[in-house]
Amino acid sequence: MKVILPSPLAEYTGHAREVEARGATVDEVLRDLDRRYPGLRFRVVDEQDAIRPHIKVFVNQVQARHLTEALRPTDQVLVVAALSGG
Amino acid sequence: MVAIGVWVATRKGLFRLASDEARRAWRIEGPHFLGQVVNHAVADPRDGRTVVAAVRAGHLGPTVYRSTDGGTSWKESSRPPAFPKAAAGADAETVSHVFWLTPAAASEPGRWYAGTSPQALFVSGDGGDRWEGVRGFNEHPDRRRWIGSPQDAPPDGGTLHSINVDPADARHLYVGCSSGGVFETHDGGAHWAPLNRGCAADFLPDPDAEYGHDPHCLRVHPQTGDVYQQNHCGIYRLDRAARRWERIGRAMPQDVGDIGFPMVLHPRDARTLWVFPMDGGTVWPRTALGGHPAVYRSRDAGGSWERQDRGLPPEQAWFTVKRQSMCADTLDPAGVYFGTTSGEVWASTDEGASWSCIAMHLPHIYSVEASAGS
Repeated sequence: MKVILPSPLAEYTGHAREVEARGATVDEVLRDLDRRYPGLRFRVVDEQDAIRPHIKVFVNQVQARHLTEALRPTDQVLVVAALSGG
Repeated sequence: MVAIGVWVATRKGLFRLASDEARRAWRIEGPHFLGQVVNHAVADPRDGRTVVAAVRAGHLGPTVYRSTDGGTSWKESSRPPAFPKAAAGADAETVSHVFWLTPAAASEPGRWYAGTSPQALFVSGDGGDRWEGVRGFNEHPDRRRWIGSPQDAPPDGGTLHSINVDPADARHLYVGCSSGGVFETHDGGAHWAPLNRGCAADFLPDPDAEYGHDPHCLRVHPQTGDVYQQNHCGIYRLDRAARRWERIGRAMPQDVGDIGFPMVLHPRDARTLWVFPMDGGTVWPRTALGGHPAVYRSRDAGGSWERQDRGLPPEQAWFTVKRQSMCADTLDPAGVYFGTTSGEVWASTDEGASWSCIAMHLPHIYSVEASAGS
């Protein structure tokens, strides 16, 4: 499925903002991305498997609040770097 | 040829100032990690090549970058400091940011320590690539009592900082926790004990509390092992035999007081040290006193102090110097440096007698660390 990433993560993907990933949950998709772009997952998910405070994940424009949310191969995942400081 | 490099970590990236041995002309390099918070960047004196930096972007989680070519290229840690995954229903902790970095003893090449927010200690055995928690501290049954709750922490979160290695014993470590106090281990981190007797904690009801203090900066002399600290409540020297702190800040001028964040020891003379007093009155502005910044130096282990402000702004300068933002180099005479929250770096090449501004217009400075030749 297509995953759209925010600019703060671009250095992990060689500046690609749209990448393909596989997985049946948000967590599996992020782990798939982490295999190809090491370090990416820990920047958006903490060690307790919570999505970090200034990161939002949307699945087909609906916010996913937990990594366990199920995905279909046709879904589109959008990772957003939300408002954070100045 | 570069004789001295000064790594300047800021709220918006990392810079390096470089000069030859004369230390008159400085060039600035960077930024590295533009836009990211860099709490600390430290060069490894053991190999002269490695630099480790604690980095966090506003949106992204905390990490560590390392360079093995003096800062020309950087690689992210493959396992940054992180707590273990908590069992279901258990109290879970997450590292907010890596705050402090210290290379271990010369006898342990590649070994580094990191202090984080919240207060926890991590160690790397491979030059900062992979980090693991020091369980003896992080899982100590008294740790939560020592560091208190988030309500007891400073506004930016509690931190473990001031990781110091006894030059006579690589397994004897000191750390500072804000809040929590000073703690030491004699067995490389397996067992820990508070080390706060004699130190004031005006914000605690017990005048001789065992823990709960607020050390701002702890320094151990690299040759003699003498221990000093700039605390929230004064300047202290450790009476090692008695395991008790003596308030050497009492000898500071009364109208200046002994409140501040950083402290610097002379690289060769354990009786010479510098502090940067700040306004700890009323609501604690934590700015240069009266808008007239000054460094104070003691040459007799805190028995007396002299004001050193030649070259510093005479008025209307209201910056703060944070706990990691003051350091000395190892040249002779020793150079002393400090960075300000207003983005200036000031340097003295005559052990504090006179000062000049060697960088300005940088972002808010979090740390300043000198290194020889890199």
